[in-house]
Amino acid sequence: MFGELVDRFDGIFKKLRGAGKLTEKNIRDSLREVRRALLEADVNYKVVKDFIAQVESEAIGEKVLKSIEPGQQIVKIVHDELVALLGHKAEPLAAIDKSPTVYMLCGLQGSGKTTLAGKLALDAKRKKKKPLLVAADIYRPAAVKQLMVLGDSIDVEVFSLDGQKPPEICLEAKKHAEKNFVDLVILDTAGRLHIDEELMAELEQIKEKVTPDEMLLVADSMTGQDAVTLAEQFHKRLNLTGVALTKLDGDARGGAAISIRAVTGCPIKLASIGEKLSDLESFHPDRMASRILGMGDIVTLVEKAQDAVDEEKAVELAEKIKKNTFTLEDFQNQMQQLKKMGPLESILGMIPGVGKALKGVHIDERNLLRVEAMIQSMTPYERQNPQLIDGSRKKRIALGSGNSVQDVNNLLKQFLAMKKMMKNMGKFKIKGIPKGSLPFQM
Amino acid sequence: MLSKLKKLKDSLTKTRDSLFGKIAAVVAGRKLDEELLDELEEVLLKSDIGLPAAESIIDKLRKTAARQKITESHEVIALLQSDIAEILSHNRQEITPSGNTRPMVWLITGVNGSGKTTTVGKLANYFRQEGKKVMIAACDTFRAAAVEQLEIWSQRSGVDMIRAHTGADPASIAFDAATSAKAKDVDILLVDTAGRLHTKSNLMEELKKIRRVAAKVVAPEQIKSILVIDGNTGQNALSQVKVFREAVGCDGLIISKLDGTAKGGVIVAIAKELAVPVEFVGIGEGIDDLQKFDAPAYAEALFNA
Repeated sequence: MFGELVDRFDGIFKKLRGAGKLTEKNIRDSLREVRRALLEADVNYKVVKDFIAQVESEAIGEKVLKSIEPGQQIVKIVHDELVALLGHKAEPLAAIDKSPTVYMLCGLQGSGKTTLAGKLALDAKRKKKKPLLVAADIYRPAAVKQLMVLGDSIDVEVFSLDGQKPPEICLEAKKHAEKNFVDLVILDTAGRLHIDEELMAELEQIKEKVTPDEMLLVADSMTGQDAVTLAEQFHKRLNLTGVALTKLDGDARGGAAISIRAVTGCPIKLASIGEKLSDLESFHPDRMASRILGMGDIVTLVEKAQDAVDEEKAVELAEKIKKNTFTLEDFQNQMQQLKKMGPLESILGMIPGVGKALKGVHIDERNLLRVEAMIQSMTPYERQNPQLIDGSRKKRIALGSGNSVQDVNNLLKQFLAMKKMMKNMGKFKIKGIPKGSLPFQM
Repeated sequence: MLSKLKKLKDSLTKTRDSLFGKIAAVVAGRKLDEELLDELEEVLLKSDIGLPAAESIIDKLRKTAARQKITESHEVIALLQSDIAEILSHNRQEITPSGNTRPMVWLITGVNGSGKTTTVGKLANYFRQEGKKVMIAACDTFRAAAVEQLEIWSQRSGVDMIRAHTGADPASIAFDAATSAKAKDVDILLVDTAGRLHTKSNLMEELKKIRRVAAKVVAPEQIKSILVIDGNTGQNALSQVKVFREAVGCDGLIISKLDGTAKGGVIVAIAKELAVPVEFVGIGEGIDDLQKFDAPAYAEALFNA
């Protein structure tokens, strides 16, 4: 996410770094480029104007011109201002501390409310809370059915009522939740335009009836200049407590994030980055600004890994690496854990430096599937003892997994190389990442 | 026709009031100078027209005005309007079904939540009212209840729908539907596909496959890829058009949700930079809320009450 913006800034600041001396003129030139980049990223016109003015007044002054590395200084100012725009710290969702806590989702059609509702429910389940999904979209054909299917797939109860208006449905749902010891009620309302008087009034009624603890606007990260108006309208009528940005796994530059935040002052609390129900992140303004400036997002990556990796398995694995008894089965396990972390591309994008190195490279996750198929086509004994896979076994595995013998050969070769690498690694004691080695200090 | 134009005008009233309407306000009683040009550029930028298109339109305005010695505000508006109408009009081609090449297959594509399924429902109704024989293929086997949603639309418009169970291979449904459409002498087959972000290469491959497989049944020129874009989308729309065009071609666009304060200025950017024509615009959730795109009428609606 924010990929193209990162590229832009990279280009701009390279120019600045190259310059022997910073003058007011080349600061202005650079800021014109920043303006262009932000506008093309769909940041609202007015927001851009204010941002540029702010940075300019900070940058054009003695402080910058006299500092030893003015280029860095400019980067820092732009970064700081971006962080300021995005909100200083990560704001969590309202705690699920009373039964029931109510989250209400609203937004335009197709912004991703239903998918987000599913993600929130799954997240609650992970935290050992009991969620309830409420189908409050009675307008769009099959919307209730969609939520039912979704709820079914993650084993979460879905509440719906035929022949009732959304405010009544939501109120009944809350009563139902109180009786049934539900921890978190998630209201999935119908998509609506912010200029639709009747439907906006309906949201107000729902809010009045159930008094949600979290009033979230779900906004598509691809939204253009109008993001500002829609956020303003929803905020004016519902007094939002937060914003969730969706579809951040696309190549949208996501300027809407900056606009919405700047205009409403509402914190962006969530980032939704994939179609799988597990692809949900808290929104961290500082990390996001770092990403915009091409500094990677290692913290999110580490958190994701912690979430996806089964600790016991990890200890077991470390032991195996040390003793060099790592098998194809462990390899398969690892791949599955990696998959749990979300789309590979978004994971790699978080590693500092990788975002740029991988520009234009598409990672085909189907390759992973093929590897998995091959491992699954082996017998348990073969997985433990890959050295005994001979020609005829290879042929069988290839046939069984729909690959060629060369593919199987490649896999085995890669596995052996990996094992060799691990053998070397096992000799060192890995004590975690030393403090200060993360690329955040500026 | 008159009522249709009125409806489009009504639906764009907000747009006009909030944006292009400002052009009139900005230029009223003023002479054309650099300051005014800057303000005009700002109005254009706020309509999602994008920086390159806005700069080029303003540049042209500056030159034409200088050459023709135009300084009066109403003349400035007229110039802008005709320029935008011209941008929107070029590269138009007839892709709606006509003549003997039956069936026409429209592959309806787009990112998640752009409004594909609703658009397919409205298109089915549109073509049926034109006296065409229509069939729908429900190839979104990924999203929960997408098929059920489409089924309701097909009942509303009274057209046949080919479906399979969730998780089925969309290409195989497209193949079955194309075969069936051919056998039943259908005029147009509307293929609803799953939403996909254009950055997901595997999903784009799936889309290519649908087109490939359909081409086994009908001639390749009978297949048209139609991209549905959310009218609220900003500059990312350009990227969407580029990537979808590369994958499965892009013969036309449908801009959905244009009934918001959405200005859809990005239509101008797309027409200017990528020369892909807009075929229809969606202006509401009702079955009739779909209109054939008429560039001059659109430009006029943007500028005049």
